[in-house]
Amino acid sequence: MRADKTTQARFAWPANPKLKDAGSRLALAAGVLAVVCVGAVSAQHQISLSGDLQGKISYCKDCHGVSAQGYNGYYPIPRLAGQQPEYLQNQLRAFIEHRRTNNIMFNVAHSLSPAVLSALAAHFASLHPPPIGGAPHQLVATGRRIFEDGMPEVNIAACAACHGPDATGSGQIPRLAGQLYPYMIKTLGNWDKERGRNPTVPDAATIMSPVAHSLNKSQIEAVAAFVSTLR
Amino acid sequence: MRNNGASLAILIMLCPLFAVTVHAENLAVRNCTWCHGGSASGYPPAPALAGQRPQYVEKQLAYFHARTRDNPFARQYMWGAARNIDAESARNLALYFASLPPRAASDGVPNLVGIGRTIYQEGMPEANIVACLVCHGPNAEGVRDIPRLGGLDYSYLKRRLEQWNQGYHAAVGPPMISIASKLSDDQIEALASYLSFVK
Repeated sequence: MRADKTTQARFAWPANPKLKDAGSRLALAAGVLAVVCVGAVSAQHQISLSGDLQGKISYCKDCHGVSAQGYNGYYPIPRLAGQQPEYLQNQLRAFIEHRRTNNIMFNVAHSLSPAVLSALAAHFASLHPPPIGGAPHQLVATGRRIFEDGMPEVNIAACAACHGPDATGSGQIPRLAGQLYPYMIKTLGNWDKERGRNPTVPDAATIMSPVAHSLNKSQIEAVAAFVSTLR
Repeated sequence: MRNNGASLAILIMLCPLFAVTVHAENLAVRNCTWCHGGSASGYPPAPALAGQRPQYVEKQLAYFHARTRDNPFARQYMWGAARNIDAESARNLALYFASLPPRAASDGVPNLVGIGRTIYQEGMPEANIVACLVCHGPNAEGVRDIPRLGGLDYSYLKRRLEQWNQGYHAAVGPPMISIASKLSDDQIEALASYLSFVK
């Protein structure tokens, strides 16, 4: 059995002929030990990540719903199911970095390790329960018009242009399909009070800010009603 | 429990004797307040109804009527009490009790209030315990069919939080079963203490 080249290269030893043999044996031993240790640590890490992750998934779902479909508590708790993972990760970091204000989610986001955070985002992106509904039906048609065509006369672009024709979002642009009606209203109505709050760390929230401002209350309600019905 | 079981039993025995003398219109309310207290502000083990969310009370009465809410006191008292209450009476009773001003029982352990408040308002993220306020509201006032918790008595709050772990949850939706299962006995006592003082 010989130490392979990569192990020897990784544990490069001073080129002293007297020491060379002892050196390569030591290198082999160190290499084996390193591989064993890395393997053990990584297995340990996997186990603890999966334990942490299951606990955190359950923790998230206690508020966001058993299928992450969202929940109407005292405050509307958004749907996470099917959400863009990049958006979810960015928002969780936004809570920590004070870009997005929410006392509860600030505490929650602080308890997540980076590995758990990205695993959670991937998990929620993979869920597809039906929307919970509850929006006034009579607003849906107007909302669809604003979403698909925008309102050129008042300089409002079609939501579909960025959020996609099915409102599924892309990258840091969130999915809106199936989002809770009251959550959409709260978010669009409070945009600058909740998002883009850290001037030293500008983020994608600035893109949406003028749009949120241009929409009046009934237009916000209409768009919220429409997207809340989308699967 | 200050011999509540016995006093409750006596009240229930006296109930039919008095019932015939009160006006029929108030009969249903009287039948509730014998146990839940004259101003519906609770008489352990019966919880306060004053200021409770009407949708919550209406729903619970339906659950008692259908015998789906199955904890021991529910079986012992409320299954019988709700047997003859139809949907309309349930709604009227719920609206009536919601209109009464709530009064805090304030009977929890005072030195647990601080920790209880922290759990209620912030949760314990490291232990995967969510903040109660997100659903029950900043003053534990409840909303729609999510119940008011503020000012309910310590023993009722403690018992209800314990019962989800004991399998008595036939009448409740998913969130509370999972949430309550993560709470330790100490955390339940702290929450029940804090909430008993919330006005």
